[in-house]
Amino acid sequence: MNAIDPPTTARVELSASEAADAPVEIRERTILGLTPESWARILMPLLIGVLALGAWEWAVRANEVPSYILPGPLEIGRTLIRDWHSLQISLWITLQITFAALFVAAALGLALAVLFAQSRIIEMSLFPYAVILQVTPIVAIAPLIIIWVDDVRIALLICAWIVAFFPILSNTTLGLNSADHNLTDLFRLYRASRWQVLMRLRLPTAMPYFLGGLKISGGLALIGAIVAEFVAGTGGRASGLAYRILEAGFQLQIPRMFAALVLISVTGIAIFLAMTLVSHMALRHWHESAMKERR
Amino acid sequence: MDGSMMTTVTAGPPVVTLEGVGKRYANGTLAVQGVELAIGQGDFVSLLGPSGCGKSTVLRMIAGLMAPTTGRIDMAAGGQATGDIGFVFQEPTLMPWSNALKNVMLPLRLAGVNRGEAADRAAAALAEVGLKGFEKSYPRALSGGMKMRVSIARALVTRPRLLLMDEPFAALDEITRHKLNNDLLTLWQAERFTAIFVTHSVFESVYLSRRIVVMAARPGRVVEDIEVNEPYPRGEVFRTSAEYAAHCREVSQALHAAMGEHA
Ligand SMILES: Nc1ncnc2c1ncn2[C@@H]1O[C@H](COP(=O)(O)OP(=O)(O)O)[C@@H](O)[C@H]1O
Ligand SMILES: [Mg+2]
Repeated sequence: MNAIDPPTTARVELSASEAADAPVEIRERTILGLTPESWARILMPLLIGVLALGAWEWAVRANEVPSYILPGPLEIGRTLIRDWHSLQISLWITLQITFAALFVAAALGLALAVLFAQSRIIEMSLFPYAVILQVTPIVAIAPLIIIWVDDVRIALLICAWIVAFFPILSNTTLGLNSADHNLTDLFRLYRASRWQVLMRLRLPTAMPYFLGGLKISGGLALIGAIVAEFVAGTGGRASGLAYRILEAGFQLQIPRMFAALVLISVTGIAIFLAMTLVSHMALRHWHESAMKERR
Repeated sequence: MDGSMMTTVTAGPPVVTLEGVGKRYANGTLAVQGVELAIGQGDFVSLLGPSGCGKSTVLRMIAGLMAPTTGRIDMAAGGQATGDIGFVFQEPTLMPWSNALKNVMLPLRLAGVNRGEAADRAAAALAEVGLKGFEKSYPRALSGGMKMRVSIARALVTRPRLLLMDEPFAALDEITRHKLNNDLLTLWQAERFTAIFVTHSVFESVYLSRRIVVMAARPGRVVEDIEVNEPYPRGEVFRTSAEYAAHCREVSQALHAAMGEHA
């Protein structure tokens, strides 16, 4: 025991050098909220794109290529505007299927990963089947699913889900098992319940992994939806963008085909950007991938 | 007492007792063997030894994070209660997704303390380690020394009777380490917990402790038990004193003798 009361003069204070050693976020000069580097990242690819489109337009005109072989970008743009009404309906349908599939993939992938994390036996028994589902080409199973499931939209959704589901499951499973050993010990020291460990340690640890999976799955869900729709072909009543491409192909309306193709690409890019943004927002406080500072 | 501010410390009845404690890991490594140790209430004890001599193993067994394979570890009454033991790791071991306050709240929240009270107590603990005003800071915005302070605040927030530290300052620069050594002693004197401090630094162990348990490797065991009966508080005067140098020499010799046996 300390024999007398501790001296009151001693105080615990942060030293100036310790505080000064803290990492600081370096604020770079920004133009309209973006750093010069970010602008270059956006503008340079755009410039290349514009140049390429210009060359394409010139090549088509100079060689008088008929538009049923290769339309120029301007004509594709005109078609996009002229057929916007029908294309927009198809775009909407494709988007619905993609996002529904992505949502189900995220929810089910997360739930299954949590289940796996609770028991090695369950993981060992089920994980191989998830792999089998993943390695089987979706074009090969899509016809079966379309036959078995009456509602074509549900069938398409299932196909998109099968493709999108695995990255989320495998990433999240990995993340749930990646908790820091010392933190795990700390939770044990304080006799945390399984539930507390899951909610306060394993799920937060898995968050960046899950979001990484989501980023991959976003693109895959779109691909799954499009591929399945190609397989479903004209038989489907749900006419998404892939159906528009098939239809335009049969009617030799090549500019329309390109217009649908452009919409698919733009959708893919938009999904990727949206997932990147979601991930950045969720992790900006703590994860390396969201860090901007330099030491 | 002599009326000055300086006090000598005498350890009280044992809070933890190790009897013939041994640990063999699953892979066959005999990490420690035959450890006899009684840690007195209110004492500041360092476990000193070269890396691999089983210091962490002993500390983790005292914390109850793993069981010894031979012998027994007894805690004084109440010592098994949750929150009665605080643990500070070599790395700050903070949750990167939570700010400093939430990190310190963790032990209380795990014990079912409601959010409001936990926040108040955590804020007080942060203030105690000198981090008032940094409650909302995320770990990545803190320096190494500040993160270690958060880690200490988290260990102390439950007011443990026993604070276990596993080379907590080994990764810090020397100036920061000295400052944190002083602050740790201030906290120890104010809160009167029992401290077990693992280190491989002779100087750090002499500066901090009242008692130094020297360990040797292969198999890990206790070879010397040295008292540093110098009064507290200790400061820069002590660090430059002849007594300090003499203690360092004594401990250093004991350490080298222990290592020499098997070198
Ligand atoms: N989990 C483990 N499994 C097997 N051997 C281990 C494990 N942890 C530590 N050891 C071994 O036990 C011995 C003591 O380790 P440790 O207690 O970490 O020593 P120290 O903390 O003094 O450096 C070392 O030889 C180490 O390799
Ligand atoms: Mg160690």
